[in-house]
Amino acid sequence: MNALDKKLLRDFRRLWAQALAIALVLACGVAILMTTFGMYGALEDTRAAYYERNRFADVFAAANRAPDSILSEIRAIPGVRQAEARVVKHVILNVPGRLETVTGQMISLPETGAPLLNRPVLRSGRLPDPAATGEVAVNAPFAEANGLRPGDSFTANMGGRKRVLTLTGTLLSPEFIYTIGPGAMMPDAETFGILFVPARVADAAFDMQGAFNDVTLKLDPRAPEAQVIDRLDILLDPYGGTGAHGRDSQTSHSFVDAEIEQLRSTAIILPPIFFGITAFLVGMVIGRIIALERAEIGLLKAIGYSDVEICVHYLMLAGLVAVVGTLLGWAVGTWLSGALARLYAQFFDFPYLIYRVAYDAYAISGLLALASAALGAARSALHAARLAPATAMSPPAPPRFSRGLLDRALSRLRLSQPVMMILRSLMRWPVRSGLTTLGLSLAVAVLVASSFFSDALDTILDKAFYQSNRQDAMLLFSPGLRDDALQDVTNLPGVLMAEGQQFQPATLRHGHLEKDTALEARPPGADLSRIVDAAGHVIDAPPGAILLSERLAAHLEARPGDVVAIEFPDGRDEIHHLPVAGLVTQYVGLGAYVDSTTLDRLKRQSPRITAANLLIDDAALPQLHAVLKDTPELSGLVMLTRMRRSFEDTIRRNVTTMTTVYISIAMLITVGVAYNGARIQLSERARELASLRILGFTRGEVSFVLIGETMLLALLAQPLGWALGGVIASALARGSASDLYSVPLVLEPAGFARASLVVLAASLGAALLVRRRLDRLDLVAVMKTRE
Amino acid sequence: MSAPAAAPETMFRTEGLTKVYDSGLTKVHALAGVDLELYGGELSVLLGPSGSGKSTLLNILGGLDHASAGHVWFRDLELTGLGDRGLTRYRRDHVGFVFQFYNLVASLTARENVQLVTDVARDPMSPDEALEQVGLGSRMDHFPAEMSGGEQQRVAIARAIAKRPEVLLCDEPTGALDSKTGVQVLEALRDINERLGTTTAVITHNAEIRRMAHRVIWFRDGHIERIETNAERIAPADIHW
Ligand SMILES: Nc1ncnc2c1ncn2[C@@H]1O[C@H](COP(=O)(O)OP(=O)(O)OP(=O)(O)O)[C@@H](O)[C@H]1O
Ligand SMILES: [Mg+2]
Repeated sequence: MNALDKKLLRDFRRLWAQALAIALVLACGVAILMTTFGMYGALEDTRAAYYERNRFADVFAAANRAPDSILSEIRAIPGVRQAEARVVKHVILNVPGRLETVTGQMISLPETGAPLLNRPVLRSGRLPDPAATGEVAVNAPFAEANGLRPGDSFTANMGGRKRVLTLTGTLLSPEFIYTIGPGAMMPDAETFGILFVPARVADAAFDMQGAFNDVTLKLDPRAPEAQVIDRLDILLDPYGGTGAHGRDSQTSHSFVDAEIEQLRSTAIILPPIFFGITAFLVGMVIGRIIALERAEIGLLKAIGYSDVEICVHYLMLAGLVAVVGTLLGWAVGTWLSGALARLYAQFFDFPYLIYRVAYDAYAISGLLALASAALGAARSALHAARLAPATAMSPPAPPRFSRGLLDRALSRLRLSQPVMMILRSLMRWPVRSGLTTLGLSLAVAVLVASSFFSDALDTILDKAFYQSNRQDAMLLFSPGLRDDALQDVTNLPGVLMAEGQQFQPATLRHGHLEKDTALEARPPGADLSRIVDAAGHVIDAPPGAILLSERLAAHLEARPGDVVAIEFPDGRDEIHHLPVAGLVTQYVGLGAYVDSTTLDRLKRQSPRITAANLLIDDAALPQLHAVLKDTPELSGLVMLTRMRRSFEDTIRRNVTTMTTVYISIAMLITVGVAYNGARIQLSERARELASLRILGFTRGEVSFVLIGETMLLALLAQPLGWALGGVIASALARGSASDLYSVPLVLEPAGFARASLVVLAASLGAALLVRRRLDRLDLVAVMKTRE
Repeated sequence: MSAPAAAPETMFRTEGLTKVYDSGLTKVHALAGVDLELYGGELSVLLGPSGSGKSTLLNILGGLDHASAGHVWFRDLELTGLGDRGLTRYRRDHVGFVFQFYNLVASLTARENVQLVTDVARDPMSPDEALEQVGLGSRMDHFPAEMSGGEQQRVAIARAIAKRPEVLLCDEPTGALDSKTGVQVLEALRDINERLGTTTAVITHNAEIRRMAHRVIWFRDGHIERIETNAERIAPADIHW
């Protein structure tokens, strides 16, 4: 090894604490980038492969009852490669050993056996025999959650007829990577399952011989999707078509999409913070080393080392920091990716492992780490290379402390000498002080942004579950019941109170903009499921007008007072116009609200309900479920009490993990910045501080200068950090918004306070670490060294 | 002990060499037109008051600094016509430096400090050989902090001679040393000059040291005041201060 490389390694060893502090910050950036970027790629690739291999459809449409004969017309639409019709219905299940009513989505399998599109992957057993009448295959997570194995049986209430079905196999389907029941906010494999039954069973149970109510299409690669959808809508319109849509509105697909988008925005927003701080810290440390090694640089040049060799020497020092940080980051990132993959495995049902080693994620994060360290060191290293050999060997001119206006003002204050030293040093090295403050403020910002997430989730939860939806359970009826059925619901065992509600799929238009959503209608004064406005007041949609959720309004660019056009997919081709009466803050879904009388009038129907919201006496739950299991009209059941609990559990678990992670990250940043800042300060002022000691100042008084400066910078960093945190939080909030949900920008004072406390404490800790060095300062040695 | 053989090779030649430091308000003429020749194998001593331009001249001869005007030749190579890259090449191939404050790299041992040079030189001696030459065979694995000033300076000399330079330029090599250690260093320098024939220029403030030189060059205010040739040279051991 040549001598210059030995110097490099020894310098690195001597600087290990500082290098490690920087490497840890860098490692955070590498780990986060690698994980988010790697998972982003893995999720997207896995999904793409799954879709491709299992022929996930491109266009989906549902109708009431369409004759099989129009299938050939559908196949004749230009661009359609394949079309497959089926019967899809909601069924009520009675699973042995489970008290709760289980709901399921029944999908018919073609006569030929396995479907051509959305081909399921068998996990165990086999598909039902097309000729058998009592066989069923279910999605694997549902079987697992309910302890069902091939050969086991359960009862299904199919269109009013109870049947015993025997499980032949479990499977996964590209249509149900994310499986969520109607009205639910989270997957719940225990109470919602997908059932695959032979076509003749479905046809018989729902009287669908020679007809279908659901069709999926595979298009030619470059077929115009929008035109196919239009043609399909026209064909299905007479048969109660509810509007065809592409993958973007397919539930499972859009949830996976939202997650991918979230990963992408995290990959874009967070890592640059760490890379930026690394660049600045490396710059600061290398800059200091070069200042200390002026003479050695001059000597190297005198010996004949070239500018490039010297520049590279210092860049390599930065490179070593980057290598350590990258390796640490890769290790943490590999672990984190595994953990995230396991988390995804809980929510997403992929047939193969999502996580695979994404070499490009390693490469990209490593390269960016190297680049940020090199960028940080570049200025100093170039400066070193440009030092003229002759001047490099003469000591640098002592820093010029100018007596500017500010300084004169300060002298007026008659501050103590140590305080003056602190303030002068800030003015003498304004760039470094400024960057240190910026670095510490980013730590504050990361914490503010993290507490924002948990506060935002609290707000969503509070809004969705305690202010808007206060019912214990929601019964869903498809296609709906006359509203006097509500009386029967009220008479169910254990029901303390029941309120009707109606959901109707509709297309809303404003100008050239349109959105498919569902109109929600309630009678005025509904108390269980309520509309809450931005100010927290409970409001009702006025008769003859519509209330829009803010995000839906934004989609349509509609403001209160504007008139929106409404079209129901009922084949009537009627367009209704309603004025927008106001906007509603809503984080989940794209709600549009009308009064139930208004909806009935628009649809020209007698008063109906499609849902009943219940208040339940818990003691009577077993009896209630027993009855519900025999209620064929029921198409879905949402147990909100159960959902609230599992939602809160999940969130609490995730928030605790996330908070721990973010606090660690912020402490790493703080220690990285504050420790390096204090070390450099100590190195620059060792002589000065030693002089103070020689003059008779106590250890405490001298360390006050050191710690005081660090803490002053940390204090200055707070307001900046709060502001930056707000900016990052709002970027994250914007990045998380999708059609499915949005994250409100909630910033609580407690979040700011906690961020400040953590950063101030970590700064103090870092300064105290350096203070130990100050205490051990060898006064004689310091005064003897030439600088 | 005698003057170098007749008709010696000219190692350095300067013509009207001028160096002006312009610090805004005032212009300092560190060198104000120096015409000088240094000969192959010669040991010369540069004397003169502080600020008279000795270091400036040595730095320019060694390719550490650029002249403001005038010309310098090393043999046939005009240094004043070289850019930074050329000067680096020149330093790497031909010149050894010794400075007042040793300028050793603190994180490298004696041997490794010498290795810094042997790593980049064309035809170096081994670091061990160079250290033996200055009598430090037994201290090779010591770090600078573990050596006395005289020992450190001898490491610096070993480092300077390890590449077998044609010229050795020493700026106050004994400036930081006491008389006894200073003599050790001077002996090392003379030894190298005699055994290897290295052209050596030594700046000093110690007029006694001039007595070991072939020629003594007196500086004043950026000019050469006079040049003396010693008819008789004495050994470093006989120098006291
Ligand atoms: N970088 C510089 N900027 C401005 N003036 C300089 C610089 N370097 C040297 N000088 C001036 O040039 C003149 C010659 O300096 P030089 O270092 O050559 O003197 P010297 O003879 O080596 O003195 P000493 O014996 O004290 O080392 C001095 O007046 C000095 O102040
Ligand atoms: Mg000098």
